[in-house]
Parts: sequence; structure tokens; C-alpha cells
Amino acid sequence: MNIAVAIDQIPQDELPSASEAGPAPKRIVVAYGFWIFLLSDIIMFAALFASYAVLVRSTAGGPTGAQLFNQTTVAIETACLLVSSYTCGLMSLAINSRRYLRTYLGALITLVLGAMFLSLEIREFLGMIAIGAAPQRSAFLSAFFTLVGCHGLHVALGLIWLVVMMVQVAVFGFAARVQHRLLCFSLFWHALDIVWVGVFTVVYLMGVSS
Amino acid sequence: MHASAPSELLVYTIGLFVAVLLTATSFWAANTTLLWPGGVFLGLAVLAIAQMGIHLVFFLHITSGPESTNNVLALAFGVLIVIVVIAGTMWIVADMNTNMMMPSGAPMSMRMQH
Repeated sequence: MNIAVAIDQIPQDELPSASEAGPAPKRIVVAYGFWIFLLSDIIMFAALFASYAVLVRSTAGGPTGAQLFNQTTVAIETACLLVSSYTCGLMSLAINSRRYLRTYLGALITLVLGAMFLSLEIREFLGMIAIGAAPQRSAFLSAFFTLVGCHGLHVALGLIWLVVMMVQVAVFGFAARVQHRLLCFSLFWHALDIVWVGVFTVVYLMGVSS
Repeated sequence: MHASAPSELLVYTIGLFVAVLLTATSFWAANTTLLWPGGVFLGLAVLAIAQMGIHLVFFLHITSGPESTNNVLALAFGVLIVIVVIAGTMWIVADMNTNMMMPSGAPMSMRMQH
């Protein structure tokens, strides 16, 4: 093999360095910035998890988790959130291929499943408050309502955000800025599902089994 | 590898399938009598961490590729802070709990010293 040919091939095989490639595409930068926000949000949830883990035995003579939690409700909530995460992924695929009908359909299913999750959670909270297991009853219940309620609040904000994004798709179409916002929304929704994995494991399943 | 629409769909579907499997195993482990109590706790923790990893890879597309190097580094830092916050809090509070459990007969001056 001719050595000159071999030398010519070397630069083509190497990827250009960061300075040669120029700035990263806007899509990558936006996703990175939002990822940093999500991590800070997860760290806030970590603080709430830590306070819950510390206070879980401080029931002050009130009801414990094993007496309050209904596993069937939790299983349905988990299924709703998991499938809505999947349909959110399908929606982002439809956005990438610029298909309006599939985007609206994915958003609609995500919205309905998210609303089902939220209504189940609100009903659970109201049922607990009705039997006297309100946040002011014990430190355990304060920590429980703070942690699970904070996640529920995130889901509610996500649903509002999704509706706003669908209005933007209807008005602006798949403009670049709308696509960036939809990318951020899908990251947000998947991150909420990750937090829920921690919630149903630490709060509900460990609370019931111990 | 070039990502086309069908393969991306497959990625999400595999992610959903594995996540459902892990969730079902978690609910089974919480209700089974086959495991000793410590094993239930350990198993649930392992299953939850595995499922978070599945969500990160299949839904959030955190890969080892050059495009997501920054994301992986940020994630590593975030995980470090999460571990420090949770483990540190539980350690400190458990330590304070044991130190508060003085025998009730002990003199007050001895309690004040601690």
C-alpha cells in the first residue's frame, strides 16, 4: 500500500475537534440546558426523599403507610404514567417526521393518561384526609404529602405545558423553536416518570411490605 | 448507526416492555413471602435503580456517544449530589437518634455534655 495514500486517509477518519466543528447545533444546546434544570429538579426531589426516609417512622400514634396505601391504585397510577411516557416518546417521533395527526394523537393519549394519574392521586389524597390522615396529623404524613404532592404538582404543570405546546403546534406548525420546546417537554415528562419510579418503590412498596 | 423512524420506535417499545417487566417484578417482590424481609428491601432498591437506568437509556436517550458526553457528565454529578443528600441525611439523623437515646436515669449534666 502506498504510504502517501495511507497518510491522506488519516485526517478523514478522525472526527473534527470541538473548535473545528464550530458551535453545537441549537437542538443539542437546548437539550443540554434543560437537562441541567432537570437534574437540579431531581436533586430537589432527593432532598424530599431524604426527609421522607427520616420521618417515615414518626407517625405520632397516627396511621402508618401500611394501613393507608392501596396497592391497586398505585399499580394503576404507575401503568398510566409509564404508558403516557411511551406515548410521549411516540409523539416526539411523530414531531421528528412532521406528522400532525400522529402528534395530536400522541399528545391526546399522553394528556388523558396524565389526567387519569392526577385524578387517582387527588382522590387518594382526599380519601386520606377524609379519614383524618391529613398532612398535619404526623411528621410522616407531612413528608408523604410534600413528596408525593410535589410530584403531582409537576405532573399538573406538565399537562398544562402539553396543552400550551399543542396550541403552539396548531398556530406555528413545526417551527424550529416549537420543536425545541417539545423536545424539552418530552425530557420533562420522561424525568417525571423516573421520579415516580422512586416514589412508588420507596413510599408505596417499601411502606406496604415493611 | 443512523437512526431511522422504525428503529426509534423499536427503542421506545423495548423500553416500555422492560419497564413493565421490572414494575411487575417490583409489585410481586413487595407482596411475596418467598423472600426474607431484608431481601424484599434490597430487591426493590435494585429493581428501582435498574428501571431508572432503563428509562434513561431508552426514553431519555442517554448514550455513551460523543453527542451526549456533556449530558453523561452532568448526570454523573447529579447522581453524586443525590447520593450525598440522601445517604448523608439518613446517616446524620440516624446518628443523632442513637445519641439522643440516653438512659432516663442519667444525670442532666451528662446529657448536656453531649
